[in-house]
Amino acid sequence: MTVAVYIFVMAAVTYIIRMVPFTFFRKKIKSRFVRSFLKYIPYAVLSAMTIPAIFTSTGNVVTSVVGTLVAVVLAFFDLPLIVVALAASASAFITGLFI
Amino acid sequence: MKSNFLRGMNHGIPIALGYLSVSFGFGILAVESGLSVLQSSVISASNLTSAGQIAGVGVIAAGGTLLEMILVQLVINIRYSLMALSLSQKLDRSFTAPHRLLASYGITDEIFAVCSAQNGTITPAYMYGMILISMAGWVLGTFLGASAGEVLPDSVTAAMGIVLYGMFLAIIIPPSRRKKSVLFVTVIAALLSVLFKYVLTMISGGFAVIICAIAAAGLGAVLFPVSDEEEEAGE
Repeated sequence: MTVAVYIFVMAAVTYIIRMVPFTFFRKKIKSRFVRSFLKYIPYAVLSAMTIPAIFTSTGNVVTSVVGTLVAVVLAFFDLPLIVVALAASASAFITGLFI
Repeated sequence: MKSNFLRGMNHGIPIALGYLSVSFGFGILAVESGLSVLQSSVISASNLTSAGQIAGVGVIAAGGTLLEMILVQLVINIRYSLMALSLSQKLDRSFTAPHRLLASYGITDEIFAVCSAQNGTITPAYMYGMILISMAGWVLGTFLGASAGEVLPDSVTAAMGIVLYGMFLAIIIPPSRRKKSVLFVTVIAALLSVLFKYVLTMISGGFAVIICAIAAAGLGAVLFPVSDEEEEAGE
């Protein structure tokens, strides 16, 4: 089987998963529970994806924890996404130079 | 219209930078698995997803069946259906069917997260701007990683590993500080995630995220149902 066929199938499945609910779900949801659920889903997904993965994200627990703490503090004070993201990375990098 | 596009691009810059570093790693991995630079780049351009692509390359390298490929992609990427459904509630009226068909291609964890954090509705131009710059970062990173994997020092690529997570924190922390409902949901999801990672290790990562998210958001919806006024105000 050629690699192109695999790639096509991969891309098609991934696209259909995204496209069907996005395109064919047009009406506003009435149920208060479902609306609440969908409102909370992004925060739940991101939280579950970030913790505990962030603590090993640089391959070193110490630099990851330092980067995480910097991100938490800056995010707490409402700094822009890009600032928080890059500061986390920069602090992890600098910490890595000392250990 | 145009300013929405630029605003989307602007909001997509941290995503693109994060993607650049993550996809760099994907490019290295894909070439190591026997794919060409072109094939790796085409996978990134057509799939625009991290975990699904890594698993997909695994199936290709192992010579797996197409059925296996389909199931692997379904399980790992089914979370996008939840995100697409959630986002479908926030779309502007100008988001007609052709726009939906096109923009749905770009629903990733990060793009979804930034879009849902916006107040008010989402326009097609805004999403296109964000998708375009994010995709550029994702494909460019894959290309660079696949063609010149070992050029950057390890210390730099390692530190880049935290970029996307830092951005996630920047999305979930401010609303958690302001609303105890959101704080509750994020804390429950994090606790469950730790449980799956260290105790219930037989559940794969993709499934674990789905279960954590459904449980935490479901519990949040029961204990803190949103009022209509709250929704009008956005966030």
